[in-house]
Amino acid sequence: MRAPRAAVDIVFDGATKRYPGRQAPAVDNLTFSIAAGEICCLVGPSGGGKTTAMKLVNRLVELTSGDVRIDGRSVRELDQTELRRGIGYVIQQVGLFPHMTVAENVGTVPRLLGWRRDEIRARVDELLDLVELPAVDYRSRYASQLSGGERQRVGLARALAADPPVMLMDEPFGALDPITRTRLQKELLRIQGEVRKTIVFVTHDIDEAILLGDRIAILREGGRLAQVDTPQEILAHPADEFVARFVGADRGLKRLSLTTLAEIELDPPNGAVLPSAAAETTLRDALSLMLSEGSRSLVVLDGDEQPRGVLTLDRLSELLQ
Amino acid sequence: MNQEPVIPDFGEAASCVAENRYFCPDWVRDNWGSVFQPALIEHVKLTVIAVVVGFVIAFAAALVAHRYRIAEQPFAIFSAIVYTIPGIALFQLLVPFTGLSVLTVEVALVGYTLLILFRNILEGLRAAPPEVLEAARGMGLTRRQTLLRVELPLALPAIVAGLRVATVSTIALATIAAFVIPEGLGQPIFAALRNYFKTEIITAGVLAILLAVTADLLLVLAQRLLTPWASARRIAT
Repeated sequence: MRAPRAAVDIVFDGATKRYPGRQAPAVDNLTFSIAAGEICCLVGPSGGGKTTAMKLVNRLVELTSGDVRIDGRSVRELDQTELRRGIGYVIQQVGLFPHMTVAENVGTVPRLLGWRRDEIRARVDELLDLVELPAVDYRSRYASQLSGGERQRVGLARALAADPPVMLMDEPFGALDPITRTRLQKELLRIQGEVRKTIVFVTHDIDEAILLGDRIAILREGGRLAQVDTPQEILAHPADEFVARFVGADRGLKRLSLTTLAEIELDPPNGAVLPSAAAETTLRDALSLMLSEGSRSLVVLDGDEQPRGVLTLDRLSELLQ
Repeated sequence: MNQEPVIPDFGEAASCVAENRYFCPDWVRDNWGSVFQPALIEHVKLTVIAVVVGFVIAFAAALVAHRYRIAEQPFAIFSAIVYTIPGIALFQLLVPFTGLSVLTVEVALVGYTLLILFRNILEGLRAAPPEVLEAARGMGLTRRQTLLRVELPLALPAIVAGLRVATVSTIALATIAAFVIPEGLGQPIFAALRNYFKTEIITAGVLAILLAVTADLLLVLAQRLLTPWASARRIAT
């Protein structure tokens, strides 16, 4: 097995894309950076240029001006093919090769890079394991024999195959049913916890961005950057009216969903009979519980069902100030 | 017709031939080695050469048309025009240049395969879904690797479908090669037409049909082996 590669940072430096014959740029003077090992979600309305901005990184779209640097090196100076083989690429329609088995699909880039057969085989099994598709059951299947969710898991495994330090994901879960989507979002976070890639994740779904993004870059029409920050900061302090509208009038609730009861300071238990919630419950769900129970406070239980503390409505509203 | 078939008189068989019944098995058996077997082998040769040469030309043209769209129309129009010329007329056109030769026959037979092969190969090359090509590009496959590893394998079903039609129609067409050269299954048919000898006509005709069916089955079998993914059944999960 090859040694895992360390993640790298990505810097957009005045990155601009103009298509010939169009007045307005598709991506306009984009400047921000993505730290190594972080998931950065690019969100925005259609026509915001988020997919175009992502494709500047692996040069599926060529820069008109400005620069994109990966680990300090300009993508302009790198060989296009080499560059792409070092970047995992996942798209909404997956694009599995229908004439190849799951194992052949996953082994595509390692094969291009000239890995040994036994190395490829071991890597494929390892990756199928990682995306929770048992290799014995799945390695010989064709794409036509997989469900939508299974296909995207294979797509993810294929993108990770050569252990690229950077991953580009273009609405990878957009075509899946809500249950499968939620499951794969959680799996992505689990996998990211293991592999620590620098991920550019394009989505139009602000909730998905809040859930997955270490940071979120919001693009507005014309491919201009509206705001880039952590989900907490964007929800707490939207830069302008556009961002506020884009994240939604319920941004207070969204902020509550980012934190669990275990992460905040609670009042001491007072012995009163109150509705109860486990410590891993989000503040948003805790609020919902209080409202539906008609109670202004609830008791938080730890793993042994022992009261850990009490949460009040006043405390919640303080947290949002 | 007063011409007697020149065969030894062996009672039963001779009377069958004399009465020109539909099928005289003894006569076929006696003449297998001298008439039908060589004609069948020649027929296979004519067909194989025509389909192989036609395929090479059509494949090259389709690759060019796949890469440069502008090249599609000229070749499509050329092959369509060739296709519409009646076979016998095409022989007449070619004889002054290439004589009463195998070349004349093959030029005509190859000409008829071009349209169907070109269209099917090009259609097959264009059959790769856009998201598959996008994934290939994103993973860093070069254009050449995309062609060899993705587009060509995915084109196989359409290519084999074209080969089946081209092969079967060439087997049928190759019978008229006998207008130009004394070769192929058309030869016994022409010979028998002179005195309307039913057994010979029917035997040669049936051999041509059996040859076409066999060739078609072999190609279907080849496709099954080459494209296992196409027949992979959905597994209930």
